[in-house]
Amino acid sequence: MTRFGDFGGQFLPETLMSALEELEKAYIHYKNDPEFLKELNYLSKHYANRPSTLYFAKRMTQNLGGPKIYLKREDLNHTGSHKINNVLGQMLLAKKMGKTRIIAETGAGQHGVATATVAALLGMECEIFMGKEDTQRQALNVFRMELLGAKVHPVTSGTQTLKDAVSETFREWVSRIADTHYVIGSVVGPHPFPLIVRDFQKIISEEIKQQILEVEGKLPTAVVACVGGGSNAMGSFYDFIENKEVKLYAAEAAGQGVDTPYHAASVTNGSIGIFHGMKSYFCQNEYGQIAPVHSISAGLDYPGIGPEHAFLHDTKRATYVPITDDEAVEAFYYLSKLEGVIPAIESAHSVALALKIAKDMSKDDIMVITISGRGDKDVAMIAKYKGINLEE
Amino acid sequence: MKHFNFKNKAFIPFITAGDPDIETTKELIITMQKAGADLIEIGIPFSDPVAEGLTIQQSTLRALTKGITTDDIFEMLKSIKDKITIPIALMTYINPIFTYGTEKFMKHCKEVGVSAVIVPDMPFEEKNEIYDECKAQDIKLISLIAITSKERLEKIAKEAEGFLYCVSSLGVTGVRSNLTNDIGQIIKQVKSYSDVPCMIGFGISTPEQAKQMSEISDGVIVGSAIVKIIEKYGINSPKHVEEYIRVMKNAIQ
Repeated sequence: MTRFGDFGGQFLPETLMSALEELEKAYIHYKNDPEFLKELNYLSKHYANRPSTLYFAKRMTQNLGGPKIYLKREDLNHTGSHKINNVLGQMLLAKKMGKTRIIAETGAGQHGVATATVAALLGMECEIFMGKEDTQRQALNVFRMELLGAKVHPVTSGTQTLKDAVSETFREWVSRIADTHYVIGSVVGPHPFPLIVRDFQKIISEEIKQQILEVEGKLPTAVVACVGGGSNAMGSFYDFIENKEVKLYAAEAAGQGVDTPYHAASVTNGSIGIFHGMKSYFCQNEYGQIAPVHSISAGLDYPGIGPEHAFLHDTKRATYVPITDDEAVEAFYYLSKLEGVIPAIESAHSVALALKIAKDMSKDDIMVITISGRGDKDVAMIAKYKGINLEE
Repeated sequence: MKHFNFKNKAFIPFITAGDPDIETTKELIITMQKAGADLIEIGIPFSDPVAEGLTIQQSTLRALTKGITTDDIFEMLKSIKDKITIPIALMTYINPIFTYGTEKFMKHCKEVGVSAVIVPDMPFEEKNEIYDECKAQDIKLISLIAITSKERLEKIAKEAEGFLYCVSSLGVTGVRSNLTNDIGQIIKQVKSYSDVPCMIGFGISTPEQAKQMSEISDGVIVGSAIVKIIEKYGINSPKHVEEYIRVMKNAIQ
């Protein structure tokens, strides 16, 4: 099965097909291999700092006067986001497959930093492809990746953002396959990537379930996460899909608004298409040209969404809501001031959505918000957005 | 007829429709036919061509910046339908076909005299996405093989129709200075499964390379080298492309 309903598939050049087959075969073998799992669990715990805490946000709960709010603190992971979960899994797998060189795309730089970090840990060669515009928006992360020993290639094709970085990494992979693994950073791309990335991220929802049952003795009313490609959302949702009473909410990047051309809301404003290896929802025009997208968040600035999300949307299991740049920035301040947690601007989208949903919930309800990453990387950008000059 | 019938070694040029403009594309098609092209591959530009190198990426961008659409391309092809005697293949990515509506796309192909489609991001496993619609309009769906295809060769070769697009080497499209004969071994294997004509593409630009590749195949496909001429000469490119094709065609006979 390479699809989720009608979504997904393997739409990539023939040259890569044998590599995808090899990857699928290796994954099926290692995902149940006790030694592989032991190694992954060890690193998750001692290197990445799992389990991440489920923190009761008391002041936010009081402020909202509705549901009990819990924050799933993926921002406390090593490298500062949920990206490390997938990277550790995929790179251990790549190492078992005998690969010595890792390539990856990155948007905000979180996935790139996680990849460069684990490459250093495992002694693998690492090259990161990042849209030129993003290298400027997230200059600190570029330096961080270089510090970790990775080579960063600014991508100048197309819109110079995440989608172009993904295209360029595929082009690189086509030209060098034998020793190279492409660590895709989200639940996107051709099969088996959406499945593999989801499996390495589902630990988020497994932990939430266990942690909330321990403290509350019941499941949450709602789980909220942000979606670009959708890996932290998929990870936060997955173990709850079977628990139909748990509502699943995802915040999409609405940029300057879904009634303007400057957004990245592929579910709300997109249509079904086939791109980057998968059939899913994309922002595109009537001729199938992929639309330039916009979001204040480089990590959500992607014109598509993972195929399993498209399936969850179509089957109405999860609800996808657009959140604007302004709403996200407001939520960025809100959480920082109220809880002393500076969220990544991506995660601020989930906080903004939670603020909206909380209005319709009661004191008996419990809402879990996944804080997918920490906001240090965004502080300078937010200052600029607010017109504050940090340099003399 | 399941396969195209080429009398000698075939020469297949590729150009991007709408680069530098649709009028020049029209003129180029007629000129290339006159110069000896055996089949012409016309690219419908796509915003994010993952299988293309820089030359064709930029050509695609030039065409899209001019506002060229799939409908403009069908219209142009319709206007020269009666003058074209060789097969025309459309090359584009799966999304422009799927989003346009596969059935409508293939109907228009048939109307304007297109014989085949090449979809570089749709491998064997996914061809059912459009195969029935192709079949219904008698449009051949061209399969691709690569030097990494290995045990995939047999199933692809056995179901191949029109011709088989044999990707010369790893990587994306673009001029290469070194081409190996690795693909030759693979073509030999293909021939044991099927009598489909095997055309080598990716990286070929010089008459010497064309000769070398045509010796191990049934013909060659040249894209980036022609697109570069168009990039250089713009609306004055047809006479330069004509001259280039005559030289290349001559080299493989």
